[in-house]
Amino acid sequence: MLKQCEGSHAVAEAVALCRPEVICAYPISPQTHIVEGIGEMVKSGELKDCEFINVESEFAAMSVAIGSSATGARTYTATASQGLLYMVEAVYNASGLGLPIVMTVANRAIGAPINIWNDHSDSLSQRDCGWIQLFAETNQEALDLHIQAFKLAEELSLPVMVCMDGFILTHAYERVDMPTQEQVDAFLPPYEPRQVLDVNEPVSIGAMVGPEAFMEVRYLAHAKQMQALDLIPQLAQEFKAVFGRESGGLIRTYRTEDAETIVIAMGSVLGTIKDTVDEMREAGHKIGVLGITSFRPFPLVEVAAALKNCKRFVVLEKSLAVGIGGIVATNVRMAVTGMGLRGYTVVAGLGGRAITMKSLTGLFEKAGRDELDLVNFLDLDWKVVNKQLEREREKRRTGPAAEAMLRDVGAVAARNY
Amino acid sequence: MSALQTVKFYQTGTFTVGNRLLAQEDRSVQANMQRTNSLNSGHRACQGCGEALGARYAIDAAMNATNRQLIAANATGCLEVFSTPYPETSWQIPWIHSLFGNTAAVATGIAAAIKVKKQKGQGQDVRVVAQGGDGGTTDIGFGCLSGMFERNDDVLYICYDNGGYMNTGVQRSSATPSAARTATTMPLGPEPGNPFGQGKFVPAIAMAHEIPYVATATVADLRDLENKVTKAMSLRGARYIHILVPCPLGWGTASQDTIKMARLAKETGIFPVFEAEFGEVKSALAIRRPLPVEDYLRPQKRFAHLFGKNPAVATIARIQAQADKNIRRYGLLSKEAA
Amino acid sequence: MQKPFAITLNPGSSLANHTGSWRTARPVYLDRLPPCNNQCPAGEDIQGWLFHAESGSYEAAWRHLTRDNPFAAIMGRVCYHTCESACNRGKIDEAVGINSVERFLGDEAIKRGWKFAAPAQESGKKVLIVGAGPSGMSAAYHLRKLGHAVTVMDAGPFMGGMMRFGIPKYRLPREVLDAEMQRIVDLGVTVKLNSKVDNILEQMKSASLGGPFDAAFLAVGAHIGKRAMIPSGDAAKIVDAISVLRSMEGEDKPMLGRRVVVYGGGNTAIDVARSVKRMGAEPIIVYRRTRDKAPAHDFEIEEALQEGVMVKWLSTIKQAGDHQITIEKMALDDKGFPQPTGEFETLEADSVVLALGQDVDLGLLNGVPGLEVTKDGVVKVGADLMTGHPGIFAGGDMVPAERNVTVAVGHGKKAAKHIDAWLSRTTYAPPPKHEVAQFEKLNPWYYADAPKTVRPMLDIIRRQSTFEEVQGGLDEGNALFEARRCLSCGNCFECDNCYGVCPDNAVIKLGPGKRFQFNYDYCKGCGMCVAECPCGAIKMEAEEI
Repeated sequence: MLKQCEGSHAVAEAVALCRPEVICAYPISPQTHIVEGIGEMVKSGELKDCEFINVESEFAAMSVAIGSSATGARTYTATASQGLLYMVEAVYNASGLGLPIVMTVANRAIGAPINIWNDHSDSLSQRDCGWIQLFAETNQEALDLHIQAFKLAEELSLPVMVCMDGFILTHAYERVDMPTQEQVDAFLPPYEPRQVLDVNEPVSIGAMVGPEAFMEVRYLAHAKQMQALDLIPQLAQEFKAVFGRESGGLIRTYRTEDAETIVIAMGSVLGTIKDTVDEMREAGHKIGVLGITSFRPFPLVEVAAALKNCKRFVVLEKSLAVGIGGIVATNVRMAVTGMGLRGYTVVAGLGGRAITMKSLTGLFEKAGRDELDLVNFLDLDWKVVNKQLEREREKRRTGPAAEAMLRDVGAVAARNY
Repeated sequence: MSALQTVKFYQTGTFTVGNRLLAQEDRSVQANMQRTNSLNSGHRACQGCGEALGARYAIDAAMNATNRQLIAANATGCLEVFSTPYPETSWQIPWIHSLFGNTAAVATGIAAAIKVKKQKGQGQDVRVVAQGGDGGTTDIGFGCLSGMFERNDDVLYICYDNGGYMNTGVQRSSATPSAARTATTMPLGPEPGNPFGQGKFVPAIAMAHEIPYVATATVADLRDLENKVTKAMSLRGARYIHILVPCPLGWGTASQDTIKMARLAKETGIFPVFEAEFGEVKSALAIRRPLPVEDYLRPQKRFAHLFGKNPAVATIARIQAQADKNIRRYGLLSKEAA
Repeated sequence: MQKPFAITLNPGSSLANHTGSWRTARPVYLDRLPPCNNQCPAGEDIQGWLFHAESGSYEAAWRHLTRDNPFAAIMGRVCYHTCESACNRGKIDEAVGINSVERFLGDEAIKRGWKFAAPAQESGKKVLIVGAGPSGMSAAYHLRKLGHAVTVMDAGPFMGGMMRFGIPKYRLPREVLDAEMQRIVDLGVTVKLNSKVDNILEQMKSASLGGPFDAAFLAVGAHIGKRAMIPSGDAAKIVDAISVLRSMEGEDKPMLGRRVVVYGGGNTAIDVARSVKRMGAEPIIVYRRTRDKAPAHDFEIEEALQEGVMVKWLSTIKQAGDHQITIEKMALDDKGFPQPTGEFETLEADSVVLALGQDVDLGLLNGVPGLEVTKDGVVKVGADLMTGHPGIFAGGDMVPAERNVTVAVGHGKKAAKHIDAWLSRTTYAPPPKHEVAQFEKLNPWYYADAPKTVRPMLDIIRRQSTFEEVQGGLDEGNALFEARRCLSCGNCFECDNCYGVCPDNAVIKLGPGKRFQFNYDYCKGCGMCVAECPCGAIKMEAEEI
């Protein structure tokens, strides 16, 4: 059923259609509307047989999810940014215990300085936590990925993060095709746990494992994600069969057939990039796009295959590995090892900085001329940065840099971002 | 035996674990040949471990009270480490260890899952116990514990209080008693041992949440402990039992004196044994043979610096004052206390 | 379920980890000797029979008791129960009322008509016992139980010996005495009364009374009252205590007058004084030392004083005349011996009863080869109670020992064991005694507070005028209460403490009556079971490494 709604609401409805049994919620922008939506459905009785628990922290949210998932309940929660970091210990624990929890991460920057706007720093900081991470490009895909995520998680006994750009998707009103309950039921069977706390068949879950077996346990987590590389495309196919549309999968290419330059990105920014590419194609540039849906597991083979005929690639990512540059780029570079490609890292859109077609066009043209640095910062205000660096050279007690720079850019400048 | 039921059991009273003279229904869970031994042999707790004992007492009682329909969540700590090192577990019940500080929340999740499964007609009425040491309860797990209390989730949380982080080598927790030596509160300087501070008695904080049931117990009073667990399992909502479990390693006491130390803690009033419902104290276990706190302190090496050549008379008096306050507050010497 | 590797484990799998290897010392169960048993002259297993009484199994308790002593009802009245002085419970509150429970069991046995089981088989041996007192009848009981044919001969007209002729009715009602004597006769013991043995060797050979006998046990007691040289007038009435007490049993009550002076400070003196008080006389005891030096039990002195018996402490009789005597005041010297002071006093006295101890009539032993007599006039016996003449044993008041009923009963049992061995040409070696369960071995925390039950006493008026029994018995309720005050020192009473307090589940409960067993596969040797055993029935032993 087609409907116009907020991204968060679309996800809330999709999650509800998955018949979750336990949902725990702690408010943090920009994921709040999702759990608000589900909470309302539970309260109204629209979503039956579901416990909605308002917990006291994200750490508790993930912990409640661990308990309920281990007891065989389909479990969901959502978070973002600081909240994800606050629950990190439990995030690792959920994957370590192999509990198929599904969590929406409404991607948001991490402080300090505190910032509520979108980038990918939060979920990318958890790239090694053992969770599968799927990135949605649109609200429709966000909705769809949640339905796939439950099936994926439960088949593998691994938790899945569905990452959607905070505000850009969560708060955007778009038209979505909301599936019916029958469709979802046809796709997603009831949860059959691999291990469960059951009085009739007691087990101890969460043993202390020493050097004699720890590496094997860690390897098995890796092996499961490798299995996901097969399962994710398979589920996308199954999904298409039931719902009639392409959604999910490991990667998605756009106009890459004869592309010399391929731009690689994740999430909603792909839309802007595709529009830019369309324009540049019109102008004769051989440029295409590679969208990565599955960041974990990282589809090395598929990425390499997508890039095999190009001359260069540009990774445009909403994250910064401070001290080295890109996070996604590093992963891509591993995929193209030995292929002799030129690769550029572009850090963009941190903390909600707008990524405009104008900037992208300039960037990609520069890339086509191989005039980019290895690591680039899109639309960085060098004047402000240099002034601050100068200040710090001159004076020991400079005070907080963020505040100083805010003064430098002034109120007018701030409004532009 | 019916004609003799009015005769009390003066030989052993109600103090021993069992008694061949008691009717079956009046015997303790631990006296039963078919007790569940929820925490089985082969665990790696130290000799004379009070926590191993307290955990079996409590969980066996909970198993008995729930007709063996019980799941336990366990915090990181001694109990977890000594009971479940791969490849062996000592637990005979469905049990999960997640983290140090999240046990109450994990239990909430389990309870929620059970509730839904039951609603759907897919599961039995299984009950949930969360358990942890004092570090996992009064310090790092306190946020989750308070949240569980406040929501009145259907969980019995049991804290095994041995007064410190014993698993990591005896460091101070917020349950470490004043003046006690730990690896992080050495008996040095002008205030040797653990500084007095203001104390953090979690049973009282639990009472402030006005949850249906709060109780304290020790491994020295098995029947009292079992009665409290049984009572707790007869109620719904958030419940809290705080059990004093002496630690021979951390306290510097002989392994055979674990129960004796718990008894002394109770008899001196340093550890009040009581129960409360909805925030109000309902009963207290009376002190049977009143003793000065010195009798409790002296056998423990962690208090050795209070004695010796120049006894720390003033410090001992401050500890005595703490005990006296408990005695007053909980009526531990009153005849009503039973 | 297909469990995830390593992080999810099968329940109870730690049984594979044998923590017993940590142990440096191991707990072992043991039986220690309860102080009461250790003290009992009759060798009763007091803790053992109380154990049965605690569960209300009175017949089992009585049968356990009578393994060692057939006279529960008598003992429950006349035994001076030194066991209670030894009782560890006395260090908590008050000693267990062992004697009162014993009496309750004895009275129950009489009331319910419980009998002794006949011996399983006959030995074909014959034993002659001389004297139907406590020692003789005890020996008769034990020997008969062992299958020997037993004949008891007694000079007197009734069974009981000094229990009848030395102990007043108000302490031991005769129907109780008769019932317990008859029960032994019913076991198949032949008793010949009014049959004085004048020559033991001849009597043993004689076939006329069931002989010849393979062995003999002599227990004739000490019936000859000691005399004191008191200058006295012709009219003075001076009699001995035993004669007085014996005459109480007959039709002709002794004519002692109104003012009766009883000379002596032992239990016999008290018995005489209290007896004559009940006959309407005014007894005055004259004793040369002080109350605390008197050999009589203090509770008997106290009861006598309550009943109105007068006592002149620190006094000797210098002269006895017609209706009056002269006494001299004494003073104790540094060593506690009484010395004359030269102060005299005159007392009205219609008669003087001498209660200065008794001698043994050794006439029947004349001409027995090998037999030796001590300078105190009693028969020398070995540790096996055999006299210098093989096959002739002796016990009770006629051998060197403390003279009381319980000691005599104990001699009977002990002699029976040695005679039994002697009859089969072996020797009897008593099993080694366990170490005594001292109070320090117990954990008294586990015993609830319970003061001793006070037995009812007859009211004072009736005590002064009748021979009704002074001390009442317990009823079933308070007998059970009293039995359950027993701490079961040194002997497991299945309180389940070891089973409960083991942090390693290393104690196996074997079920009712079967006690417990250690599972050394898991016992880490912490010692908690030892520390928390209420009764001291576990000890630690160093592990051999």
